[in-house]
Amino acid sequence: MNAIFDFAAQFASLCFVTAMLLALVRLFRGPAAQDRVLALDTFYINGMLTLLMLGIRSSSTMYFDMALLIALFGFASTIALAKFLLRGEVIEP
Amino acid sequence: MTDLPLWAALPASMLLVLGGVLTLTGAIGLVRLPDFYMRMHPPTMGTTLGTGCVLIASMLVSSALEGRPIVHELLITLFIVITAPITAMLLMRAAVYRGGIRL
Repeated sequence: MNAIFDFAAQFASLCFVTAMLLALVRLFRGPAAQDRVLALDTFYINGMLTLLMLGIRSSSTMYFDMALLIALFGFASTIALAKFLLRGEVIEP
Repeated sequence: MTDLPLWAALPASMLLVLGGVLTLTGAIGLVRLPDFYMRMHPPTMGTTLGTGCVLIASMLVSSALEGRPIVHELLITLFIVITAPITAMLLMRAAVYRGGIRL
């Protein structure tokens, strides 16, 4: 039974790494700046999922905190970049 | 990972495979679709549903291994579900402001 779970975990990790590579393709090829910001958003969420898969496969709780930090800082960076594209500055007086 | 019981291993495996396929679908849509407004929604759908599936599987596995319910993965799920629409809305407003709508 654990063989099925190991296969599923490896398959999910492979899917997330492939998704990261595809987001990287869009990040380098995107015609406009908002395409690159969207690709960066997809990229960090897939990296967070890869880290969670590492945490599941090694049954350690340390990866969970790193995943939470990546989610927090990634959200802040995406909001800052979108605000910069929208207004021209991030923190307005 | 030696004594994972059957009632936890089977749903966790199905959820992991489902989450991987959904996230990969979202990334393929991000690369293949022609317009930014079409490219907007596959990664949002894929990452929200994929994150939900993976975190439910993680809760199942850690609860089955510890023998008591562990729900602190709900924090990431709640955070992703709250913040994904905010990100999508701000990026869409930035795209409309920068390029206009060409449909």
